Amino acid sequence: MATKEIAGDTVDVNEEGYLTEFNQWNEVIGEAIAKEEGIDQMTDRHWEVIKYLQKYFEENNVMPSIRKLKKSGVVDTKEFYSLFPGGPLKKSSKIAGLKKPESCI
Amino acid sequence: MENDKIKKVSIICAKGGLDEVYPALIMGNGARMEGIEASIFFTFFGLNAIMKKMVKKLKVATVGNPSLNLAMPMMKFPITAPFPTWMGAIPGVSSMATMMMKKEMEDLDIPPVNEFLEMFSDAGGKIYACKLAMDMFKLKKEDLIDQVEDVLTVGQFYEKSAGASIIFT
Repeated sequence: MATKEIAGDTVDVNEEGYLTEFNQWNEVIGEAIAKEEGIDQMTDRHWEVIKYLQKYFEENNVMPSIRKLKKSGVVDTKEFYSLFPGGPLKKSSKIAGLKKPESCI
Repeated sequence: MENDKIKKVSIICAKGGLDEVYPALIMGNGARMEGIEASIFFTFFGLNAIMKKMVKKLKVATVGNPSLNLAMPMMKFPITAPFPTWMGAIPGVSSMATMMMKKEMEDLDIPPVNEFLEMFSDAGGKIYACKLAMDMFKLKKEDLIDQVEDVLTVGQFYEKSAGASIIFT
């Protein structure tokens, strides 16, 4: 298992840079990952989505699909893609310190 | 290897059965989820999938569909059991096969075709209709769902597909 220096901390990551230990995550680390993923400014809307993903994962132990996210009323598909351009579910889970989503849809 | 990554796909959907439309939608939407630019070009009977009057009525063909088998999870039929053609011709069988497929899809969180097209469009995917097929079926742009971006000739389709991998489903 690899480790990575990020925002002054050392965290465990997998080969694609996803955190493997969620308890090592904090907002500063989240923000630093966001920067690496090309999102310079994390807004309140970004954080609302991230918090929802973390809550969903805690309750279900699996990532929600984009469709579930839309149905939850947290963020619709259009906004989700504009908040996290270029692979929104992958990027947001990475920023949230969660697993890479494995679903095809 | 960064340059070897797929950046753009153009998908052609030329058939209009429920089981024939889903692959195009899943591949297209999956591309958008990976940050890949994606479009789907609907032609011939594929147009069924983007016609307002048809989009909710797509069916699984149970006649003339040799790949179809009797794999029905709830009845424990094996995937190797062929679907007898005579059975497929019985009224209501196609509707039943369609219903079962729709249920399996919903269980996997795969949206119905109309919702899937909306989702693909919201995700920035582009939906195009084939002009020649539209002319052949005497269809107008108004007959198509609102998410259709444009009606294209084959030449225009290739122009828009510059730099893309083309996938025929």
